[in-house]
Amino acid sequence: MAHAATAHDDHGHPTGWRRYVYSTNHKDIGTMYLWFAIFAGIIGGILSIMMRIELAEPGIQIFHGLAAMVYGGEADASIDAGKHMFNVFVTAHGLLMIFFMVMPAMIGGYGNWFVPLMIGAPDMAFPRMNNISFWLLPPALGLLLISMFVEGPAGAHGVGGGWTIYPPLSTTGQPGPAMDFAILSIHIAGASSILGAINFITTIFNMRAPGMTLHKMPLFVWSILVTVFLLLLSLPVLAGAITMLLTDRNFGTSFFVASKGGDPVLFQHLFWFFGHPEVYILILPGFGIVSQIVSTFSRKPVFGYLGMAYAMVAIGVVGFVVWAHHMYTVGMDADTQAYFVAATMIIAVPTGVKIFSWIATMWGGSIEFRTPMLWAIGFIFLFTVGGVTGVVLANAGADRSLHDTYYVVAHFHYVLSLGAVFAIFGAWYYWFPKITGYMYSEAIGKAHFWIQFIGVNLIFFPQHFLGLAGMPRRYIDYPEVYAGWNMVSSIGSYISAFSVLIFLYGVFQAFARKQKAGDNPWGAGATTLEWTLSSPPPFHQFNTLPVIR
Amino acid sequence: MADAHAKNHDYHLVDPSPWPAVGAAAAFIMAVGAVMWMHGSTWAVMVVGLLGVLYTMFMWWRDIVKESHKGDHTDVVSLHLRYGMLLFIASEVMFFVAWFWAFFDASLFAGDVMQPSRVDATSGVWPPKGIDVFDPWHLPLINTLILLTSGTTVTWAHHALLNNDRKGLKWGLALTIGLGLLFTAVQAYEYAHAAFAFNRDNGGNIYGSTFFMATGFHGFHVIIGTLFLIVCLFRALKGHFRPEKHFGFEAAAWYWHFVDVVWLFLFACIYVWGSAGVQLVEH
Repeated sequence: MAHAATAHDDHGHPTGWRRYVYSTNHKDIGTMYLWFAIFAGIIGGILSIMMRIELAEPGIQIFHGLAAMVYGGEADASIDAGKHMFNVFVTAHGLLMIFFMVMPAMIGGYGNWFVPLMIGAPDMAFPRMNNISFWLLPPALGLLLISMFVEGPAGAHGVGGGWTIYPPLSTTGQPGPAMDFAILSIHIAGASSILGAINFITTIFNMRAPGMTLHKMPLFVWSILVTVFLLLLSLPVLAGAITMLLTDRNFGTSFFVASKGGDPVLFQHLFWFFGHPEVYILILPGFGIVSQIVSTFSRKPVFGYLGMAYAMVAIGVVGFVVWAHHMYTVGMDADTQAYFVAATMIIAVPTGVKIFSWIATMWGGSIEFRTPMLWAIGFIFLFTVGGVTGVVLANAGADRSLHDTYYVVAHFHYVLSLGAVFAIFGAWYYWFPKITGYMYSEAIGKAHFWIQFIGVNLIFFPQHFLGLAGMPRRYIDYPEVYAGWNMVSSIGSYISAFSVLIFLYGVFQAFARKQKAGDNPWGAGATTLEWTLSSPPPFHQFNTLPVIR
Repeated sequence: MADAHAKNHDYHLVDPSPWPAVGAAAAFIMAVGAVMWMHGSTWAVMVVGLLGVLYTMFMWWRDIVKESHKGDHTDVVSLHLRYGMLLFIASEVMFFVAWFWAFFDASLFAGDVMQPSRVDATSGVWPPKGIDVFDPWHLPLINTLILLTSGTTVTWAHHALLNNDRKGLKWGLALTIGLGLLFTAVQAYEYAHAAFAFNRDNGGNIYGSTFFMATGFHGFHVIIGTLFLIVCLFRALKGHFRPEKHFGFEAAAWYWHFVDVVWLFLFACIYVWGSAGVQLVEH
């Protein structure tokens, strides 16, 4: 009866701009997320290139001129404005890449596209709410970009407190409206993610096709499930923390005002209670993606499937109780630090389960080195490097000297820029044929991979040396002694930027040459449900639910 | 493959809708307006954005009610809605965790030797020296009883609904709404008679910050829950709910219980424990 009433609604779906703006289709929404992530990633990337140009040599290179250009005035008189602008770039680069590139690409883009396909569902549980999760992001990005052009500290523009926005620098230190714009940007992006999290959990729990038990679910779906639980439970705490910032700034509360009995370190606790789960939110979908790719191109099921799934669950759970390892230098007592050292190191166990299981999946497989596989293997190698430096940093003692140095910058870029981003690119090449119906050029894809691999390693490996030598992060200038490796690092970033141009050309070329990909370009190794559909899949798939044996 | 468009499942493929994009645009206007207002400019832009958000909510939820009447809410779709509401409440719980965290950070560590300026400000005790706190067994206790009673009346309404007792449903709902409004009124009265300040420019300190923000956000949630129940009363009057299918009502009841439980924690922690051992002054 209900069917008869609604069947006609499925036929005429809107075309043109309404198809996207009014969308209730998980694939169209996923596509919008992916374009949005590319757009934000390019802006965030340009910011980082500017920073590397600046840091190529000691002294102030370009930011005084840049500040004069953007905010008006003479370059020579804009040295201080330039110094602040560098910090604004640091802040915006972090926020953009985290909230507007990696999360939209992995969860919004690939999650939206492939969670319903992989579990045999016709769409997400809440298709309309799915669309507001996407459409809240452009306003949030807009607010963040506006913040760069309005007053932050007295007489300067933008938020320069880093993505962690610690008070008092984010309260009395930058009284202008820029910080308020940034806070509300995070509020709106957070609301988007919470709604998305509710949608994914409901979809994965309730909409699996008959026979698709939790223990048969593809690991990418498992990874999204764990990720969105972390989002659901950690983001509201951040919302509370930044609301306290907002009221401390504008309404006279004393949460972080020490002279009124408040506690600036409270913000750090609240922030990292969100922030640490957040870094797993950024990497867990990558784990899922890599599992799919490695299995496909090794033509073998994933080794230790259940262990892989529950390793992610374990990482998610333990990820909630390690936050203060970001705060070893705030003056916590030794027992507390000892706890956080131990808890943090324990995460290396499930992570090791994952690394070794990927290797065991490849072991004895008939491996095909297509572009997605190169990215996946690159991920495993580079993420392991980042993981190992993470174990170093987990030691409160070692962190005394490494805290806020380039060693930390190198560590988290190895797990994010070289981990999460490699997974995003791997997924791009892996699913591009399915999403668009066109095959990408293997030659361009491989060129992109190798040039980016060389570029990002050149950027970040030397930063370990800089950090060990004591170079602090988030400064526009440095002593001569650090000049050599900084130059290498900057050259790496130019190479990496060039590789992004190759990526964009590859996308253009694939759309221009329109080489049909076929339903399953990867052959027998690709066993998940999306490969049973046409490429691109129909507007509504699985009108008759598939049955999984 | 006879008809590729035939839908052989019970899921709800929602029609395209303008409300997500309209709501997001309104949220943007509200955010820009809020920054303008906080920095001394007009509040009008923010209010325009707020009205846009409220309009979106109204239209969106009106669409959901219409879809329910069309029969789109099959058993599995109803289950989706249950999951959605539970998960939303879970996220709300985590939001309150932040405010309780601030409260316990301030109250448990009022005398933290690592924070000398805090010790200066609070004299190392909680409540801080110079703060005349409320007597928990006065208005706060009355408000606790009001909320607990409202939890029973909403359950009464639910059981009346299940037994197709329309009159009991309407009375139960109306009473719950009345008790919710009474709670808000008592809280407003209490706020107006607080002997400690909120704003640090008026002599306020961390006590007023944690007290007013934690209980204030709870009060805000009471107002939202009351509005939710008012919508349910209107829907009950229009005969929207059936004994076997009334998730809109249940969602409001769940939300109301959530608000109730948060209050019990606020009452126990902030009012009772937070005033333990203090000489209470009559207001």
